[in-house]
Amino acid sequence: MSGFMTSIAQAIVAAGLAPLLVGFIRWLKARLQGRRGAPPWQPYYELRKLFGKEAVVSHTASWLFKATPFVVFGTAVAVASLVPLVLAPPDPFAIGDLFAVVYLLLLGTFFLALAGLDTGSPFGGMGASREMTVVALTEPTVALSIVALALKAGSTSFSQIVTRTIAEPGMALGPGHLLAFASLFIVTLAETGRLPVDNPSTHLELTMIHEAMVLEYSGPYLALVEWGAALKLLIFLALAANLFIPWGIATTLSPSALIVGAATFVVKLAILAVAIAVLETRVAKLRLFRVPELLSASFVLALLAVMSTFLAR
Amino acid sequence: MTLGAAGLLLMAVGFVGGGAVAAVWPTDRGARAVTLAGAIAGCFGGLIAAVFSMATGRPAAAHLPQLVSSAGGIVLGLDRLGALFLALVSTTGLLAAIYGASYTKEYEGRHSLGMFGLMFNGFLLGMSLVTCAANVFTFLLAWELMAVTSYFLVMTESDSPETRQAGLWYAAMAHFALVLLLPMFLLMAPDPNATTFADLRLGARILPDVARDGVFLLALVAFGSKAGVVPLHVWLPRAHPEAPSHVSALMSGVMIKLGVYGLLRVLVDFLGAGPAWWGGLVLLAGSVSALAGVLYALTENDLKRLLAYSSVENVGVILLGIGAGLILQSYGLPALALVGFGAALLHTVNHACFKALLFLAAGSVVQQTHTRSMEQLGGLIKGMPYTSAVFLVGSAAAAALPPLNGFASEWMIFQALLSGAQTPQPGAAIGTPLAVGVLALTSGLAAACFVKAFGITFLAMPRSDRTTGATDGHWSARAVMIVLAGGCVVLGLSAPLAIGAMYRTIDAVSPIVGPVAAGVNARVWLAAPSGLARVSPVLLALLLTSIVVVVASTLRHRGLSLRYADTWGCGRIHQTSRMEYTSSAFAEPLRRIFSELYRPTQDLSISVHPESQYFVRSITYTSHIVPWFEKALYDPLTGAIKKLATWILRLQAGSVHLYLLYVSMALVAALVAAWWSQ
Repeated sequence: MSGFMTSIAQAIVAAGLAPLLVGFIRWLKARLQGRRGAPPWQPYYELRKLFGKEAVVSHTASWLFKATPFVVFGTAVAVASLVPLVLAPPDPFAIGDLFAVVYLLLLGTFFLALAGLDTGSPFGGMGASREMTVVALTEPTVALSIVALALKAGSTSFSQIVTRTIAEPGMALGPGHLLAFASLFIVTLAETGRLPVDNPSTHLELTMIHEAMVLEYSGPYLALVEWGAALKLLIFLALAANLFIPWGIATTLSPSALIVGAATFVVKLAILAVAIAVLETRVAKLRLFRVPELLSASFVLALLAVMSTFLAR
Repeated sequence: MTLGAAGLLLMAVGFVGGGAVAAVWPTDRGARAVTLAGAIAGCFGGLIAAVFSMATGRPAAAHLPQLVSSAGGIVLGLDRLGALFLALVSTTGLLAAIYGASYTKEYEGRHSLGMFGLMFNGFLLGMSLVTCAANVFTFLLAWELMAVTSYFLVMTESDSPETRQAGLWYAAMAHFALVLLLPMFLLMAPDPNATTFADLRLGARILPDVARDGVFLLALVAFGSKAGVVPLHVWLPRAHPEAPSHVSALMSGVMIKLGVYGLLRVLVDFLGAGPAWWGGLVLLAGSVSALAGVLYALTENDLKRLLAYSSVENVGVILLGIGAGLILQSYGLPALALVGFGAALLHTVNHACFKALLFLAAGSVVQQTHTRSMEQLGGLIKGMPYTSAVFLVGSAAAAALPPLNGFASEWMIFQALLSGAQTPQPGAAIGTPLAVGVLALTSGLAAACFVKAFGITFLAMPRSDRTTGATDGHWSARAVMIVLAGGCVVLGLSAPLAIGAMYRTIDAVSPIVGPVAAGVNARVWLAAPSGLARVSPVLLALLLTSIVVVVASTLRHRGLSLRYADTWGCGRIHQTSRMEYTSSAFAEPLRRIFSELYRPTQDLSISVHPESQYFVRSITYTSHIVPWFEKALYDPLTGAIKKLATWILRLQAGSVHLYLLYVSMALVAALVAAWWSQ
């Protein structure tokens, strides 16, 4: 039961921390670009403001449009309770593995794309079409990165991967591990709508992907969608951090381990967030039809990771 | 007489009686009722036999040796594998028949419903008999009955040239398969007179390796063409959409699965473990089918053709499971191989459930709007709330989203492939991860495909006035679809129990030594063969719904005020459906990315005002996708057949004298042959 409670607690902590992560990246980007920028906690104000507003719903939209924000937010929170954040979940309480997490996130995207089509706006359709294209092309890379990890750990379960990597640190420095990390990082950029695949701060129709899809949302619905997206970013960064560099993560429920786990988790997230902010100030957005090249490069990296795990045996 | 044999008897009597009486019934309305009654009786009989056989493990058998005794007579024997497929045929058949009773109402006066009923019941009988045939003659007879009756069902709307062409493709490919089946069975038979499946099982064990390879290749091609494996799938996207929708549901849901049944029967039951390249070839065929199927489905604008291509994809996914099983079996890991075969069987059952649902829902759409083109649909979610809801469930299951049934079986196939990657053999260790990549890409593309299928058909505004006045249709059709949607949910949540049943089914056919992996799939857990990774669909669903309920009730408690307004349109005052994304537009990015495969042809003509080229009068844009490998493969073949046919036509000069000469020549030849053989 305590395992169950901790995964719920983890999900709540993650949901609470997610807006800060987005705000921090925005703030750092502004600083790197020579602007003052809004403070890192600005997204909390935005969420509060949005929750207080009324929602405007299109005449053409159906019940699906109103249900989608809950599904998107719900899948993100559910995934946050499954992945290792501060604590590697003890096995009996992990009700899903890596594949389950990937498909749960796909469930959210599936509904979001349908909601994009539901209003009949050309932007929504455009965003839905592009989002599904990008997501479909990232799936094989995600799966192969999972295979690369699972081959070494002997399983796709989170706790197994984390404990095996901690037990055999030599493995984590091998080429397979680094290649898989690189490919998963590229996928993270694509799946969470960051540069160079999508621009989270654009409001120009022709370049939008995720923003175009959620264009019709407003008020509390928009708040849920934005919050869900922030949580998804946090989850992907946490996966990249904890599956590849798991040191510091709590493996027991003792308070000292939890404090160390929480501290290292925040540090790891901050490092990856800085990496994203620096990257986003350095690169331009790719044309949509150049994105597959980037994604196939990441697929090749993941394939090489799998091959090298085999050769290293 | 055991309960199983009684079930088989009821099955035969129901189908034959229902078909025959319907054929001679004077009124169309009565013929529909009789068709339904016969199908219900037959399907119940089939279900009784199947459940009896699955529950007791004893085969339900029937033996009629005096019927065509020279070929071995009719021998029926239903083991667990057959019983599983018979249960699939009977359940889907029952639901399709109930749905069809109201669906065929609009054929009254246009088509002969008596003949339709005969063919429909014959089709169900053929499919049921395939699963319980226990000798070569019975199997081939049932196989041919299934092919011929379904040919006539496809040809129901034979006044359209497309349907006739589809029928021709279907008949040609079905008989191509039949021609290959005969030598395959005879290769295994130890003696021309010993053709029961028990004899074949013994015969296959003592075959030399070359002959075993031959049997494997023949089985893969013959059953593969029935199952719709690329490049033998050409008939499938042509024939399935042309048939009435409940027949499409049966064809896509069940009939192509009998190809999978045949493959499992021959590979797992008769042949047993083979060399690793067998598995590699099946894995390759599965990968190609899965990817090509989903990519063609994605660019399809015809709703039923999209679903048909998606069936090609799912057969590919099933083959990935079988391929993984064969590879693991060849390396002497039967306990792991069981996982591959079991996952393939589970996906077979799951696909039957959601594809039947999708075809029936698409049938309701077609019945209400009289078009299959998604470019003319849209906004149906308002007029057809039930149909759209069940189509959404089916789409999510087809996209392998948790906690529905498609997810459970794809998860198991992933795990089976992963255990292939863990075997210390270079071929398997490199081939299976690639198959994992293919499966992941397939499921990502399937998600995009079903977003398109559901989103364009049911959401936003109508794209033409065909959708005005569309309603959910007859209550019985609605009930059938709700049952199938419930099946998708229940099969998804109870997947750990279902996969256990699949393991037992395979284990009954090909007993393995050592611990059966079924044990680790206890209660709510779906487990990987190593037992280290597991997932619980029930708990995932519980977690997800409880979070959604908590969030939604919190928001409601705080007070959620809604205002309805027009969709924002950059200052446009009036929103029309012409501003919406279309089906082609949705698939355009992927069509460009995979343009090497699609090789689209584009034709753009712009007519401008004679005074100035800046005033455009009209723009016409047409674009087609050329399935180039179909052309490359089948065009030379059909060309050669046509040439041969024209050459043979010379024999038929129309002169009676010539025909008399042929008759006498044939007589002489027969006499010579009789003399020679003595």
